[in-house]
Amino acid sequence: MNESSALIARLKRIATTGMPTQGDGRPDDAWLTQGMAKAQLHEVFATVDDAASAAGFSVASILAARAAPVMWMRTEASERQGGRLHATGLVEMGLDVSSLVLVSVEDETSLLRAAADAARCHGLGTLLMESWGRAPKIDLTATRRLMLAAEASGVTILNLRIGAEPVPSAAASRWQVAACRSRPLEADAPGKPAFDIELLRRRGGQAGLRWRVEWDRDANIFDHTVFDQTAFASGDSAALPGTGIPVAADRAVADDAAASVRRSG
Amino acid sequence: MRPHLFVGRAETPIAFVESVSGGVRLKALDREAVRAGLEPGLTLADARARVPELEVYEHDAHADHEWLERLADGCQRYTPSVALDEPDGLILDIAGCVHEFEGERRLAADLEERLARRGLLVRHAFGDTPDTARALARYAGAPAPDEKRAVKRLPVAALGLDVDATTALSRAGLKTVGDVMARPLATIAARFGEDAAMMIRRLDGSVKGPIVARRTVPRIGVERRFAEPIARTEYALEILAELATEAVAQLADRHEGGRRWEARLFRADGLVQRLRIETSQATRDVTLLMRLLRERIDSLADPLDPGFGYDLVRLDVALAERLDASQLKLEGGEARKGEVAQLVDQLGTRLGRVRVRRFSARDSHIPEQAELLLPAAEAPAPTPWIAPETSEPPLRPIYLFDPPQPIQSIMAEVPDGPPHRFRWRRTVHDVAHSEGPERIAGEWWRRQDIPTRDYYRIEDRRGRRFWIFRHGLYSEMEAPRWYLHGIFA
Repeated sequence: MNESSALIARLKRIATTGMPTQGDGRPDDAWLTQGMAKAQLHEVFATVDDAASAAGFSVASILAARAAPVMWMRTEASERQGGRLHATGLVEMGLDVSSLVLVSVEDETSLLRAAADAARCHGLGTLLMESWGRAPKIDLTATRRLMLAAEASGVTILNLRIGAEPVPSAAASRWQVAACRSRPLEADAPGKPAFDIELLRRRGGQAGLRWRVEWDRDANIFDHTVFDQTAFASGDSAALPGTGIPVAADRAVADDAAASVRRSG
Repeated sequence: MRPHLFVGRAETPIAFVESVSGGVRLKALDREAVRAGLEPGLTLADARARVPELEVYEHDAHADHEWLERLADGCQRYTPSVALDEPDGLILDIAGCVHEFEGERRLAADLEERLARRGLLVRHAFGDTPDTARALARYAGAPAPDEKRAVKRLPVAALGLDVDATTALSRAGLKTVGDVMARPLATIAARFGEDAAMMIRRLDGSVKGPIVARRTVPRIGVERRFAEPIARTEYALEILAELATEAVAQLADRHEGGRRWEARLFRADGLVQRLRIETSQATRDVTLLMRLLRERIDSLADPLDPGFGYDLVRLDVALAERLDASQLKLEGGEARKGEVAQLVDQLGTRLGRVRVRRFSARDSHIPEQAELLLPAAEAPAPTPWIAPETSEPPLRPIYLFDPPQPIQSIMAEVPDGPPHRFRWRRTVHDVAHSEGPERIAGEWWRRQDIPTRDYYRIEDRRGRRFWIFRHGLYSEMEAPRWYLHGIFA
């Protein structure tokens, strides 16, 4: 009986989202509105200072993909250094926290072990793994296992790596997330969450793309259009791309743009 | 009874009252109140006049009954046959049950100690029949050499007759049960009624009143004994799987599923190894149970050691709940929920239940106290969270520091604004945008001296958004400190 219900769930998933392993066939910016490809492993990297941005981006991606329920696994180091999760804040990102299960694990060894179980659970929409520091155990072998489990069960796995350097992995995509200045509201109040996203690597697709996006909670999508014409980008709209630009070619321009943004702010 | 009222309390007399025709009267009293000269039946006005400091509570017979039932449940550790003697008595049939306690006195001492821990004052007595035990426990005065004589010394009230009959007996000069027993039974029956005669015969042991034991559903427990102890854990697990199948069949007959299970492996040398598992939903799924048992074994600090082998393997369903067959046929969303619940159980069994949690909203405006993380296996029905306002940015951070982290304000703006520039974790942040203050006062009804917090949402020049607050107003203190409480996405 278990098997048949799992099968039904799987068929449903395929019916609603297309092929279960669509990863590579999608347009470059499909993630803006549809989230990251389901039933795959994705990596999200960020510096320690941008931890909250990376976590926020991950949550937003889950919402864009409508891949609830979520299980969020954190190592004790994450909790110690990054602070604890605040439900009210997550609700304000748009997440339904009543379906969120929070798992606290001692270190990355037990993180991988617990993740292996969760990755096989058909009932789960997304598994979010959060680790801080180098975490050398999360290597090619470990990620390959997770990827296989994700493809078999349909669970999307986001591997949130804070303060880590990218190492070879089997993930379908790798992202670097940093904080980005928001569009201020009236009376100079900070605006909606904004992120500076770079697609570092992608299985069978173009990599090195960069976006500057705002999270639109009400529509459940990332909005990249807003940064084109706002006062925020005064005069250097070319540097705040509406669509992805290859970073390799435009790195200098992008950096320049960031500098001018700082000046104008 | 409200047990917590009585534990560790100073000498305030307590009374429970009941509204009857003609006013409010005392129903039950604690020791202090009795010592102060009060007695049940007195009107509350009278009692108040005599003992002004009397603390009064509404008498709740239903709660008393439930409490007694719970105590009776607890007493089933001594004997399966426990009867209620309303409103405040329990009768235990301990015939044949005392061997575990090396005698009835030890059993009574154990029971009294357990009840004393709950703040209960107990009087106990042993008797050959339930009626003598009851009468002795309730009315015994001076000690007597044996049970027969103790019964004879009881006051006539111990017969449990109505007030008129008791008064009549006293007027007739019959003060004790012995006095009454000395008279011919026929006379007693003719003068004071058939009940009186019956009670006498019960107390002298010629008629035995039955114990009306509470009907309890026995817990499901299955076991296997082995003449030749089994020395392999793997084999013991196979046995457990068989036992689980049997237990599940019994549960199915009762339309129940188990939530708490206990497997016990009795080693030939007397050691008992216990494996307890718990699921968040009632279940009859043997595969799941075995998986949880294996998880439990894996997580043991000391691995299972069969030693010379197990000669008895037992599986008990410690807690069962209703589970109809129809509930098993889950579809779609429900099936997914069930799978997540299984995962929660599995991880909880291995990592510890407190490591697998869900958020639960709490009624507090202090941010760090507004929510609670509860073990997911036992979290109550999800509480509704307040939906965010459309087109507003998040007003609360996603990461919260508890305790808040001190920051150093390098350049304050105006007295009521956020700092222009501050240092946190050795990095200097220049504030570009800010909003506030949002004033969150301390919970002054708990403590007076908690300073007010003024919160600001700020964004620095690199786009990082923080939630900071000034601890205290400038009017409250000279140099209030600044803290960083959380980080926004």
